[in-house]
Amino acid sequence: MQGYLTIEQVCKSFDSGSGRFQALTNVSLSIAKGEFVTIIGHSGCGKSTLLNIIAGLTPPSTGAVLLDGAVVDEPGPDRAVVFQNHSLLPWLSAYANVRLAVDKVFGKTKSAAERDEWTRHNLSLVKMDHALTKKPDELSGGMRQRVGIARALSMQPKILLLDEPFGALDALTRAHLQDTVMEIHQATRNTAIMITHDVDEALLLSDRIVMMTNGPAATIGDICCVDLERPRHRLVHADTVEYARCRRQVMQFLYDRHARAA
Amino acid sequence: MTGTLGEADVKAARRPLLTQFRLLEKVRKFPALVIPPLITLAALLLLWQILCGQGGSSLPPPTKMLKDTWELIRDPFFNNGGTDVGLFWQILASLKRVGIGFSLAAVSGIALGVLIGQSSFAHRGLDPIFQILRTVPPLAWLPISLAAFKDSGPSAIFVIYITAIWPIILNTAVGVRQIPQDYRNIARVLRLNGFEYFFKIMLPASVPYMFTGLRIGVGLSWLAIVAAEMLVGGVGIGFFIWDAWNSSLLSEIILALIYVGIIGFLLDRAIGFAGRLIAGRPI
Repeated sequence: MQGYLTIEQVCKSFDSGSGRFQALTNVSLSIAKGEFVTIIGHSGCGKSTLLNIIAGLTPPSTGAVLLDGAVVDEPGPDRAVVFQNHSLLPWLSAYANVRLAVDKVFGKTKSAAERDEWTRHNLSLVKMDHALTKKPDELSGGMRQRVGIARALSMQPKILLLDEPFGALDALTRAHLQDTVMEIHQATRNTAIMITHDVDEALLLSDRIVMMTNGPAATIGDICCVDLERPRHRLVHADTVEYARCRRQVMQFLYDRHARAA
Repeated sequence: MTGTLGEADVKAARRPLLTQFRLLEKVRKFPALVIPPLITLAALLLLWQILCGQGGSSLPPPTKMLKDTWELIRDPFFNNGGTDVGLFWQILASLKRVGIGFSLAAVSGIALGVLIGQSSFAHRGLDPIFQILRTVPPLAWLPISLAAFKDSGPSAIFVIYITAIWPIILNTAVGVRQIPQDYRNIARVLRLNGFEYFFKIMLPASVPYMFTGLRIGVGLSWLAIVAAEMLVGGVGIGFFIWDAWNSSLLSEIILALIYVGIIGFLLDRAIGFAGRLIAGRPI
């Protein structure tokens, strides 16, 4: 079956000083439109490399990525990335950071008033409408990440790529942001791929959890379908049988079958 | 919703109080900032008076210096034609030379800095040459520029230019090279073209570095202008000092040195201020 996003036999190797390092081997995955997929695995298993290949920031050594029937060979706003460390431009306000993306993507198709409206709309989606004029260093880590998400959403991408967006946040802020991302996904039905190493985060947000084996030569080891109805709630679903089954499957993969030799 | 509104109200109500508080704080801190430099200044003047106040001293004490130069201090705007003009005109002439030379250095230095920061080929090709040329003392360029321009005006400006350009090039290059990969990735995802990348990412990201270079550059050019003017002559604070030396007017030299120091300090602060204004943050 041809998915909305198709990853075909992607391999990636890097030339390092001591020879070639094989990061990814034969990664194939098909993602349907509107699906929320998380990629989970130990550090250094090539999750970020895979995301960068989908984003077009890194070219694959062999294999290809197809999005909506077209080959991905360069980065573009149809694959918006939310980076781990927010990467907002520190000299621009929250509004201006998002507006930069909006102006670039919709500069020709929307009027200035519409772009202003669209910028504000996306910032209010992530509940940041109270801090439009604040610079990134006046915002907390969670707020910065919210603005980063708003910037990505504002590009109206075909697929949203989230590279451990909550990795640097404390547990409570994390939970708030997870709820926000869920609400947005519920409302916009965006296709999304998120990298994480938090099992509960993956269970809460995803339709499918893709588990990566340890590198070098990492590949997809197992896929877990999370069959929980939406909208989800962290307290309600944590007690269900399905949640427990999925959790066991992922935990077993991570800590038993592919435990990292530490 | 009412919660956020209430919060905003409280903030708005607090604002005048807060500014009042800040103002008070400034007034309270003012003496702490001003008194120490005043004390050191007084101590230095006293020391100078004691050291040079006895008969037979080769340098004038502050009291004599002030008496000798009072006419110059009182009227900096007189103009008797030729080089016999007030200190305001002398300094203005020097500032003009620095202004021209430094502006040229700023424009070409930033352009070259961006080039060697952005292209590793240009960096490998140009950096060794820059590293050697930048160690050449400013005045060593003067004979060759006199030979090339056959005129003292452009030669002095060239010396300023060649003195100021190196720190501007090198700091700009560092600023461009340190732009985080994340910002470059953003530019790639948004498909910014070269023009947009330059103005929206590269320039703002490296502005603090550029201004560090500009600040060092303006300081060096002010150092160089005095020396260059001593040699090329004409109206200017450097030649004024040389002229005073030839006429054994030591008090005038001291006065000129004080002015040179103050102007140099103000130039440095002005560039720092411009940098803060443009970067929108402390640099």
